[in-house]
Amino acid sequence: MNKIESPAESRKMLDKIMTDLTRSITKKDELTRFWFFILIMFIIVGVWGWIIQIKTGLGVTGMRDYVSWGMYIANFVFFVAVSLIGFLISSALALLKISWAKPISRVAEQVAIAAVALAGIIIVMDMGRPDRFLNVFLHGRFASPIIWDVTVVTTYLTISVLLFYLPLIPDLALMRDHMADKLPKWKIKLYTILALGWKGNPEQYKIIYHSMRILMLLIIPVGLSIHTVTSWLFASTLRSGWDTTILGPYFVAGAFVAGTAAVIIVMFVYRVRYRLKDYFEDLHFDYMGKLLVFVCLVYLYFNINEYLVPGYKMKLGEGIHLRELFVGNYSVMFWFVQLTGLVLPIVLLLFRYFRKPFPIMVISFVVLVASWLKRYIIVIPTLEHPFLPVQNVPDHFKHYSPTSTEIMITIFSFVSAMLIITILAKLFPVITMWEYAEEKGIDKKYFSEKP
Amino acid sequence: MEKNSRRNFMKTLGASLGVAGIAGGSGLLNSCARVESNTGDKIKLLTSSGELVEVDKAQLKPADMPSLAENQKRGRAGIPGKSWVMVIDLSKCRNARECMKACQNHHQLRPEQHHINVLQMQDAEHTAPYYMPKPCQHCDNPPCTKVCPVNATFKRDDGIVLIDNERCIGCRFCIAACPYSARVFNWFEPRDAEKYAGVTYNIEANVPQKKGTISKCLFSADRLRDGKLPSCVSACPNGVYWFGDRNEDAVTNGTTKETVSFSELIKKNAAYTLMEELGTKPRVYYLPPKDRAFPFQGEIENQHKS
Repeated sequence: MNKIESPAESRKMLDKIMTDLTRSITKKDELTRFWFFILIMFIIVGVWGWIIQIKTGLGVTGMRDYVSWGMYIANFVFFVAVSLIGFLISSALALLKISWAKPISRVAEQVAIAAVALAGIIIVMDMGRPDRFLNVFLHGRFASPIIWDVTVVTTYLTISVLLFYLPLIPDLALMRDHMADKLPKWKIKLYTILALGWKGNPEQYKIIYHSMRILMLLIIPVGLSIHTVTSWLFASTLRSGWDTTILGPYFVAGAFVAGTAAVIIVMFVYRVRYRLKDYFEDLHFDYMGKLLVFVCLVYLYFNINEYLVPGYKMKLGEGIHLRELFVGNYSVMFWFVQLTGLVLPIVLLLFRYFRKPFPIMVISFVVLVASWLKRYIIVIPTLEHPFLPVQNVPDHFKHYSPTSTEIMITIFSFVSAMLIITILAKLFPVITMWEYAEEKGIDKKYFSEKP
Repeated sequence: MEKNSRRNFMKTLGASLGVAGIAGGSGLLNSCARVESNTGDKIKLLTSSGELVEVDKAQLKPADMPSLAENQKRGRAGIPGKSWVMVIDLSKCRNARECMKACQNHHQLRPEQHHINVLQMQDAEHTAPYYMPKPCQHCDNPPCTKVCPVNATFKRDDGIVLIDNERCIGCRFCIAACPYSARVFNWFEPRDAEKYAGVTYNIEANVPQKKGTISKCLFSADRLRDGKLPSCVSACPNGVYWFGDRNEDAVTNGTTKETVSFSELIKKNAAYTLMEELGTKPRVYYLPPKDRAFPFQGEIENQHKS
């Protein structure tokens, strides 16, 4: 980094960075309002669906006594998976001192916070008795993987919020000091409160660096746990398809695929919508593309292990499950996920052209859809084939298909996650301004200058 | 000697608990006879055989009916000194389904909910098909209770795996964990929910059922407390079921009322347990379907053999 010597130049540069990076906050147009309107409409429909579900019972879903976990649980696993990207980018890559990932870390944390918050909400929506949610704390049995999951998910959410908030404090102070004329009063007031009286002296920065480092280290075991424990919800049972020791690392590897794809999409949207071409550069997409290839390759390796080894032996239960995936009812979904969602992206992203912002966004979208479907075929086919025959029950007990209420509530979860990300983007800069400015060679002393 | 004293102790205990029985069958009705005044204020009560009776409120003696808390407490503890086992003789079952009917009646289940389900089985392609009644196996290493996050399903000292539907949060992890598909869920309002509204919950029969909670076979724990055999065992017309106490090494046939040595019965007939390789240690033993007393009828439905 080159130090910018002249004060005038530094001030001008800082001003430009601030104008660009707060565009998401200052921008007000019809499209924003329309977007909020659409999101809130879908949320209302979803909440209405949930009210119906509570009144009538979980019977409004396609789930029954054999397939007793359905789309909600698949969706829950998906959101937990996506949230893991916060850990990968803002902790693992940062600790490895990979500097290109720095501007992306706030996007990663936004995605992580939204996803893990929604994972928590979805699991409550899947409960037969959400009114008894507090029993989990009142009568919690520590031998149950659900309790481990509740513990690590809440811990992860807390650390993610802190990882989002701590580097935000100097930014909040910047906006408090420099943007009083451009923003409504309540926002300035909010920033003033959240900035916690930040002055920008060296001791304060030291505290921030120090606590960030601790959090980055802390989130490693928590991040790995959250998806490992989620996989144990399945691996701790005796059912064919779930009863495998590989499930923990397999889920973690798959989570990085889903999360990387989600972050690329959000980056692209910010780049276009808030004109941040100079911040989310082609270079970032290029590197993210390479990262996606890498995590896809790891995941592919786990997939080969997960399917080839039992497929070679074809034990009775495993065999029924695998046949269902390879050539049975779920074969279209299975091969779409494996080929279009995993192999094809690896091949395409090896070429530089496909790592350009628009092509990689499209590829990431396909990867994300495939990631969701992947969770669906992890959860449901296994339950359709228990050890003992399914008899003396109505036909719709034997095969699962989601109902409109389930789809409504699942859409609700996506829309709510988008709403959380949008609100975060509308309130706070999507890239850490002070870090970025420092990277560009602007001295910290200019940050605390009053205009 | 020691066995004798325990047996006597159990007899007295059984008798006293029998009087206190849930909505207490005979005990309660006896107490009704002693009271004369009537308020005209009726209350619905559930007898242990699953019948709903109306009794005048003034005739109730509170001491005879355990409170919900007390009921749950003793329901969690189990019946002291007992270790219940069931033996199912597959050579006798001819799919009469009286067990299923009695069970659904006792536990207020919808027609598609089975605590016990008579399955049509065929072990390999060319082997003879047979009928297999399948209740909860009451495993000694139960996969279901391990995963429950709130201790709503638990293993009692007498071997029964029970459910507390006042505590169940409806996460259905236990359904996923059970390899025997023994558990059912109340996806909607339970059968006759209105009829049983206000009836005190009996943990040992898991009635009234509650929307959004789990149910499953309980070996009719409430009937055991009253000194009766489980509903399915008593209802069987074909002598399929043997039920009893492993500590006493005695099982009684529900149809013939004959009592034999449990260990001899399973030894002589080469009894086995379902999916022994999973290590769940079931308390339900099966006698192989040899020399069957009837022809198998009908088609094997949805059998998971290739």
